[in-house]
Amino acid sequence: MSFMKLTASALAVAAVSATAATARDNLQIAGSSTVLPYASIVAEAFGENFEFPTPVVESGGSSAGLKRFCEGVGENTIDIANASRAIKSSEVETCAANGVTDIIQVRIGYDGIVFASQLDGPAFTAFEPADLYNALAPKVVVDGELVDNPYTMWSEFNADLPEAEILAFIPGTKHGTREVFEEKVLAAGCEATGALEAMVASGMSEDDAEDACISVRTDGKSVDIDGDYTETLASIESNPNAIGVFGLAFYENNTDKLKVATMSGVEPKTETIASGEYPVSRPLYFYIKKAHIGVIPGLKEYASFFVSDEIAGPSGPLSNYGLVADPELADTQAMIETEETM
Amino acid sequence: MTDATASGVPAGKHTSGSLLEQNPRTKRRNAAEARFKMYGMAAVGIGLVFLVLLLVAIVRNGVPAYTQTFLSLPIELKAEALDKNGNRDLDDIRKVSTFGYNPLLDEALLRVVADNGIESDYSGADLRKMISSSAAAQVRDYVLTHPADIGETVEFRVLASSRVDGYLKGRVVREDLERDKNLDAAHLDIIDVLRDEGVVSRTFNWAFIFGADASESRPEQAGIGVSMLGSLFMMIVVLLLSLPIGVAASIYLEEFAPKNRWTDLIEVNISNLAAVPSIVFGILGLAVFIQFMHLPQSAPLVGGLVLTLMTLPTIIISTRASLKSVPPSIRDAALGVGASKMQSVFHHVLPLAMPGILTGTIIGLAQALGETAPLLLIGMVGYIASNYPDGVASGFLDPNSAMPAQIYEWAKRADPAYYERAWGGIIILLLFLMTMNIIAVILRRRFERRW
Repeated sequence: MSFMKLTASALAVAAVSATAATARDNLQIAGSSTVLPYASIVAEAFGENFEFPTPVVESGGSSAGLKRFCEGVGENTIDIANASRAIKSSEVETCAANGVTDIIQVRIGYDGIVFASQLDGPAFTAFEPADLYNALAPKVVVDGELVDNPYTMWSEFNADLPEAEILAFIPGTKHGTREVFEEKVLAAGCEATGALEAMVASGMSEDDAEDACISVRTDGKSVDIDGDYTETLASIESNPNAIGVFGLAFYENNTDKLKVATMSGVEPKTETIASGEYPVSRPLYFYIKKAHIGVIPGLKEYASFFVSDEIAGPSGPLSNYGLVADPELADTQAMIETEETM
Repeated sequence: MTDATASGVPAGKHTSGSLLEQNPRTKRRNAAEARFKMYGMAAVGIGLVFLVLLLVAIVRNGVPAYTQTFLSLPIELKAEALDKNGNRDLDDIRKVSTFGYNPLLDEALLRVVADNGIESDYSGADLRKMISSSAAAQVRDYVLTHPADIGETVEFRVLASSRVDGYLKGRVVREDLERDKNLDAAHLDIIDVLRDEGVVSRTFNWAFIFGADASESRPEQAGIGVSMLGSLFMMIVVLLLSLPIGVAASIYLEEFAPKNRWTDLIEVNISNLAAVPSIVFGILGLAVFIQFMHLPQSAPLVGGLVLTLMTLPTIIISTRASLKSVPPSIRDAALGVGASKMQSVFHHVLPLAMPGILTGTIIGLAQALGETAPLLLIGMVGYIASNYPDGVASGFLDPNSAMPAQIYEWAKRADPAYYERAWGGIIILLLFLMTMNIIAVILRRRFERRW
């Protein structure tokens, strides 16, 4: 019976897979979608310049990547996790519980987070953290009193801003970018407008007040985007009055549609982010399983290639794409050389 | 219709109206019919309008991906840069990384610009923004395979950068480049001259159909070929597993199984399974095949297994329908001349049902081919489809993407040039789906028997 043959061959395929699954010669990388572009550029150049196959880079988010990273040691687990934030201590514990004890943390550079709007839209050209706090917080200070956010127009709290409806597309809570936005913009604005002080004065504990500072209004003026920056871009294109939160690299690839706003008077550029003048930035990392070095071919070579001056340096391809080079790159290179764990 | 009874006309008088003259009731009925026809036509019309809009959008956005801009560059492969020891030892030549080739490209570009009489203050590195960063790798590959050519000047056709390509396709205009740090308007002036001189040309791009995926900074180099292979290997798995399992299950259920509560339950559940959203199969595949059975991540084998689960109900349902449509007289005749039950099924019923089974299978495969959601969960999205599989086993087991997943990935990327490639990929995917559906229609037309 031909069906019998078909079934037999299908079973054979499944059987082969079970045995062959143990032999892996390509690097497997997963994690942050912010780091993905950089990792893919490096992976491609790595495949071109070395005798190893091109590494595989999956996206899915920092948390998902680190979760898979911490699943254990072995050829069935990933070798490197990309993250747009530092690993949390709870994640380190999960890792340790699953036998992933020696982790090498590699900082590859910094990523700027920018506020951009439609090229032909209202003149959103300069923001202060206080402006964004006033626009997006659920409770703001008006005449010394803490009240529910009454503002519907940007010009209502800052005459320098255009007379336009407030509408902001901000990264959803699963994004690492959201954390930076909360910390560097909302919390800073909360303090600058005196809302933090007013909250503490009203009897809130300091921790509660800090949590309240980073919440956003829920009346539809602030919209969470859970997808990628392309989704934010699409929303901006259909709403001329809206502002959106983007990564610097994404903005620089779409300057024909977007214009960027300065933050505290500083224009977001690789130079201003590297010098620390532009306030809204964050470090990007990847994490290596030390136990896989020497087992999976090319792992250490990939890591050193990634942070080499030719790649991650100020004039390398990553910097051209929008990564802000790490001034302490030499230390990172030395760290990989000696396989120094966290 | 209340007036027929309300008018109080006796039943006998009803026939008194002339056949040539429509009474109000007939008129109303005819009007209702005409209206209904209009609704139907409007519904068909709306559907057609959407179809046309969709096709126009796909073709308009996708066709540019099939041509690509190239520059013809004579590059001097300087021995002092590429082979410092001068012994043509491949290991030594390999030590020069792609970055070591950039000065050669810079020189070649400066020469081309000067030879064509263009005044420009740009340095070689500035001019290099016009070509793809894949050029260095292209030259390096050539040198590694032709070490004897070191020292010669070789003409290369290198890819133009995505911005230059966009300019020739009308996607990028000078105003767009004002604040773009990847290219300046002055570059476009150079490109204009070079195009008139024939150095820059736009030709059909086979690399898009057969090539591998590229990183985010090189949309001009990306192709869908490797993920097409990924889809092919997945479809092989789906076919090899779901056809025998599906047919065996339906033959048993249709011909052999007793009709009782258990088989009823199984039947209901197969129908339910056909309606389960595909993402559910994805998460099931992640839990069972990857986390429990430890099959490799991102492998077409796992993708195929997940899609098999999704396709099975479709195949079982269509197979059972075509088995049912074989008239019982065929079975009775076979049994009557002394065939066993199995002989009657395999010698008579199954061959007659085959066209229907194959049609169902092809439609199930076409559905699986276009499925993206379950593949997201088993790690087939990202920068994956970068290596050609080197053999059958590697094709099943090495990480790869699939066509719809690749299209999704391209649509997400920052460079606008990837958007065009996503549409271009959709054209290929649609061609595959159309071919499969046409085969299914032909099979049904030519071989299906009606009783």
